[in-house]
Amino acid sequence: MLELIVISTLNGVLYGMLLFLMASGLTVIFSMLGVLNFAHASFYMLGAFFGFQISRWIGFWPALLIAPPLVGAIGAAVERYGLRPVHKNGHVAELLFTFGLAFAIEEVVQIIWGKSPVDFRVPPLLDFPAFTIFSTNYPAYKMFMLLVSIVIFAGLLITLKKTRIGLIVQAALTHPHMVGHLGHNVGRIFMLVFGVGTALAAVAGVIAGPALVTQSNMAGLLGPILFVVVVVGGLGSLPGAFIASLLIGLVQTFAVSIDGSLASAFGPLAPGYKNPFVADIWNVTIAQIAPIMPYFLLVLILIVRPMGLLGKRES
Amino acid sequence: MSDLSNAAAAPGSLGAAKFRFYGWWIATAIVLVVLPYIFRSGGALTAFSLVGISIIFSLSYNILLGQTGMLSFGHAVYYGLGGFLAVHGMNLIAGMKLPVPLPLVPLIGGLAGLFFAAILGWVSTRRSGTAFAMISLGVAELVASSALILRSFFGGEAGISANRTKLLRVFDLNFGSQIQIYYLVAFWTLIAAIAMYALTRTPLGRMCNAVRDNPERVQFVGYDPHVVRYLAFCFAGFFAGIAGALAAINFEIANSAYLGAVQSGTVLFATYIGGVGFFIGPIVGAVFVTLLSLGLSDLTSVWQLYFGIFFIAVVMFAPGGITGLLMMHRPLLKAGTLGRVLPSYLIAFVPTLAMVAGLMLAIETIVHYTVNSDEDPKTKAFGIQFDASSPITWALAAALIIVGFFLARKTWTRVGRAWDDATTVAREKGVPA
Repeated sequence: MLELIVISTLNGVLYGMLLFLMASGLTVIFSMLGVLNFAHASFYMLGAFFGFQISRWIGFWPALLIAPPLVGAIGAAVERYGLRPVHKNGHVAELLFTFGLAFAIEEVVQIIWGKSPVDFRVPPLLDFPAFTIFSTNYPAYKMFMLLVSIVIFAGLLITLKKTRIGLIVQAALTHPHMVGHLGHNVGRIFMLVFGVGTALAAVAGVIAGPALVTQSNMAGLLGPILFVVVVVGGLGSLPGAFIASLLIGLVQTFAVSIDGSLASAFGPLAPGYKNPFVADIWNVTIAQIAPIMPYFLLVLILIVRPMGLLGKRES
Repeated sequence: MSDLSNAAAAPGSLGAAKFRFYGWWIATAIVLVVLPYIFRSGGALTAFSLVGISIIFSLSYNILLGQTGMLSFGHAVYYGLGGFLAVHGMNLIAGMKLPVPLPLVPLIGGLAGLFFAAILGWVSTRRSGTAFAMISLGVAELVASSALILRSFFGGEAGISANRTKLLRVFDLNFGSQIQIYYLVAFWTLIAAIAMYALTRTPLGRMCNAVRDNPERVQFVGYDPHVVRYLAFCFAGFFAGIAGALAAINFEIANSAYLGAVQSGTVLFATYIGGVGFFIGPIVGAVFVTLLSLGLSDLTSVWQLYFGIFFIAVVMFAPGGITGLLMMHRPLLKAGTLGRVLPSYLIAFVPTLAMVAGLMLAIETIVHYTVNSDEDPKTKAFGIQFDASSPITWALAAALIIVGFFLARKTWTRVGRAWDDATTVAREKGVPA
C-alpha cells in the first residue's frame, strides 16, 4: 500500500509538472492575447516529433536544445502571420483559427510520420534505474523529466517575477496600451510570449516523447486535459493552473492504480444485478474510469465554483 | 430589418412579401420532392440523405454559435445520444411490437437530445465565451469516453445496430429502399428547418441574439443570460438529436464515432464555412462540406488536410463564411455597381488559382514521398498525372507558389480599391451598405 502511494505520488507529481509546463504557456498566452490557443497541444506534439527526428540524426541531447526553439519559431510565426490578422474578427475567430491549425498540424504529422507510434527511445545515458523503492525500480529518465520541469518552472518564476523582461510582460498583460506608450513594441512582446509558450510546450513534448507514446494522436489525447487544467485552475490564473495541474496529475495517476469498483467496495453485500446496463456501472473499476476523471473534476468544479479554483469573476 | 420594411409597406405589398416568404418554403419542398427524379442513382440518393441530416445538424449548431454566440466543441454529444436512443428505441419497438411507425423515431432521438441537453446544459451554460467552449469540450470527452466504458448500452467499439424495416408499417412503407429513406430525411429536414427558422422569430430567438451581442444589457433589462443560453442549448440539443436519429436510421447502426470529437469538429466546420451570420448559412455549409468530403476522398488521400487548410483560409479571409461573402455583394447589386468589381475579381482569380495549384502540387508531391515512397514516382492526384521524382515538378510547384503569391497580393489590393469605389458609389446612390 505504501509502495503504491509513494510511486503514484512520484508519477502524479511528474505528470502534473508536465501538464504545468504546457498549461503555463497556455495561461500566459490566454491572459495576454485573450485567446485560448487550441493548437497548444499540437505544438507539444510537434516538439515530440521534432525531438524524435533530430535525435535520430544527431542524438537526444542536441534535440532537447534544438527542437524547442524550432517549434517556438513556428509558434511566433503563427502568432505574427496567422493570429494577428484574425484578431480584428474577434475571439471566436481566433479560437477557430487555432482549432483549424490543430486539425491541420495533426494531418501534417500523420503525412510525415504516419499514424503508428514512432520508436522514440530514452537516451542510453539515462537508461538505468535511479533507485529501488519497495522492489520497484524507478527509472532515472523519469527523475530527469521531473528535474527539467522543476528547473523550467523555477526559471519561469524568476524571469516573470524578478527580471525586467518579466516586469514588462506582466505590465503588457494588464495595460498593453500604457506599455506601448512607454516605448515598448507590444506586438513583438506578444509574439515573443507566444513563441516562448509554444517552445515550453515543445520542451514538454521532447522530454515526454520517450517516456509516453509519440504518436500522431497524442495532441488529441492531451489537448482536452490541458483545457480542463486551465478551466479548473481558473482561466488566466498561473497559480491556479499550477494547482490544477498537480491535482489532475495526482488524481489520474492514483485512479489508474486503484483496482476497485462499486461491486468490490460492497464485497459480498453487493447485489448481483441481472440488468446489463446497471451491472456495467456497478462493475466498472476506478482504473477504467481514470481517463475521464479530469472531466468529472471539471463538471464538479463548475457546479461548486464556476470561475475555477483561483479564477476571478467573469468580467 | 425586413420586419420594419414590411410594416412600413402598403397592405398590397405585404401580401406580396408574405407570398415571397411562403414561396421560398414551398419551392424548397418542391425541389426536395423532385430531386430524386433528376438524380436517380443510388449514390446520389445516399448523398442527399447525408446532406439532409447534415443540414439539420448544422442548423441546430447555429442556434448555439450563430444566434446565441456560444462556440461549442461538443455538439455531437446530443447528436450521438439521439442516435443511440433511436437505435435502442427501434429495437424496443420491434421487439415489443409497439404501434410506432419509423417516421416517428426521429422524435425519440430529438427527445433524447433534449433530455441530455437539459441535464448537461445547465452546468455547461453557466459560463459563456471561451470558458463555455472548453467546458463543452470537457463534457464531450466525458460522454465519449463513458461510451467506451458502458459497453452494454453503447456497444463498445462495434456499436449497436437495428433493423429499420421491422417496425409498424403505415401505408405499406417498409423503408427498406434508399428512396424511402431519402423522403423520410427530406420530410424531417423541411420540418426541422421551418421549426428552427420559426424559433429565430420568437421572442426567445431575439433574446438569444441579445445575449450574443450584449449579455450585460440583457441582465439590466431583467433577463438572466444563463437561462436564455440554457434554453437555446436545449433547443439545439433537441434538433441535434433528430439529426442523430435520422443518421442512425440511415445507417441502421449507432457507434461511439457518432459522439466523438471528429463529428463535433465536422459540424463546426460545416456551419462556419457556410456562414453563421445568416439562417441559410449552415444549410449552404452542410451541402458544401458533405459533398466536398464525399467527392474529395475519391480524388486524394489527404483530403482532410485540404479541408483543414480551407477552414483556416475561411477563418482568416472570409469570417462571414460563404453566405457572408455572397451577401456582401447585395448592396452593390442593388446599386448596380457590381460591374466595377467583377473585372478585378477575374484578374485576381488567375494568380490565386496558380498559387493554390502550386500548393496542391507541392502537398501531393510531399505526400507521395512520405506516405508511399516505394511506389512508382509517376503518381496521380485529382485525376492528373505527374512525376513526383522529377525536378521539373518541384520547380513548377515552387514557381507557382512564389509567383502566384506575389501577383495575388498585388491583384487583391486592386480588388480592394475597386471595392471601395463601388461601395462609395453605392452609398451615394442611397443604398445602405
